[in-house]
Amino acid sequence: MTVWIAVLATAFGCYLCKLLGLSVPAGLLDRPAVRRFAELAPIALLAALTALQTFGQGTHGLTVDARAVGLAAAGIALWRRAPFLVVVLLAVVVTALVRLL
Amino acid sequence: MTELQTDPPPIVPPPSTPPSPPPRADRAVVRDALTVGLTVGASGAAFGVTGTAAHLSVLQTCALSLLAFTGASQFALVGSLAAGAAVPAAVAGALFLGLRNCLYGLRVGPRLEIPRALRPLAAHVVIDETTAVTLAQPERRSARIGFAVTAISLYLVWNLTTLAGALGAGALGDPSRYGLDAAGPAVFLALLGPRLREGGTERSVGALAVLLALAAVPVMPGGTPVLIAVAAVPLALALRQARANHARTSAGTDHAGTDHAGTDHAGADEEARR
Repeated sequence: MTVWIAVLATAFGCYLCKLLGLSVPAGLLDRPAVRRFAELAPIALLAALTALQTFGQGTHGLTVDARAVGLAAAGIALWRRAPFLVVVLLAVVVTALVRLL
Repeated sequence: MTELQTDPPPIVPPPSTPPSPPPRADRAVVRDALTVGLTVGASGAAFGVTGTAAHLSVLQTCALSLLAFTGASQFALVGSLAAGAAVPAAVAGALFLGLRNCLYGLRVGPRLEIPRALRPLAAHVVIDETTAVTLAQPERRSARIGFAVTAISLYLVWNLTTLAGALGAGALGDPSRYGLDAAGPAVFLALLGPRLREGGTERSVGALAVLLALAAVPVMPGGTPVLIAVAAVPLALALRQARANHARTSAGTDHAGTDHAGTDHAGADEEARR
């Protein structure tokens, strides 16, 4: 049940964010400070999530395992401007291969 | 995320061509849009597997793809729940990521001039990919085609592959055996990549966010390290400001300082342009 609440709250909130962007008159949210924060906040979140889901173990643990190798491979692919799907697939395949070793 | 694979805007025919754009230009937009829709949409399979691996039901996993339809938030939510985060913290992290779609709306809205009646529907598909394709178009007609084709193809493929991934996960057994637990962070990294190319402030925010989040893991409740990482934004901005000020004060006394101030100004200009 709590999972359903999380799913629906996320879906509802995400939709509201999208609708708000299309609905508000241009300029209302366009104050430089607000705009700068909204541009940079996703970078902080994406970077944090990448690190947490690469090195996290359980709720309070950190570890370096096969995922780190997979993500390193993905990082190199990204740096070489590989397409989105290639980056993701490479992370998955390399992680799986390291676990096989 | 699609700055990665969106081709440069299609070549616009010479201005002497009659007002209705030739079908060749339309076809180029459709091709670009389909490429994005099909390739990015296919990673819905990774989400389907990740969702069920995080102990969501097939229905819950599919509901997220159908109703939230914004990959980063979806991965963030199931990742946080799997790591034992409380529901409010997990939802807050997902919504923080969803905030960027609001900004996208501000940018694509004026480009597309969507009729009022269509806005509630169009809003649902204002995400990374549709925005990238739309903003890459030189004029309204191709922007609208690009937006619509990307949105429809991506929505269909993302949801079908989510279902396939969620159903297939049970047959696979432990998804980490196939490295599928690396799919979520790889999606985040792939979304992050183009943003890090934008400038020094972006890279500072990313680096500080990683440090803050990892430092918070051992001591803070599950789900909160992601939120704490948002503090990287004001921190990075303050650091850049302090450095710029420092460069400006030393500029009067030596030449090395002038160089520093010069590069900082270039950075500021680059930021002002966006």
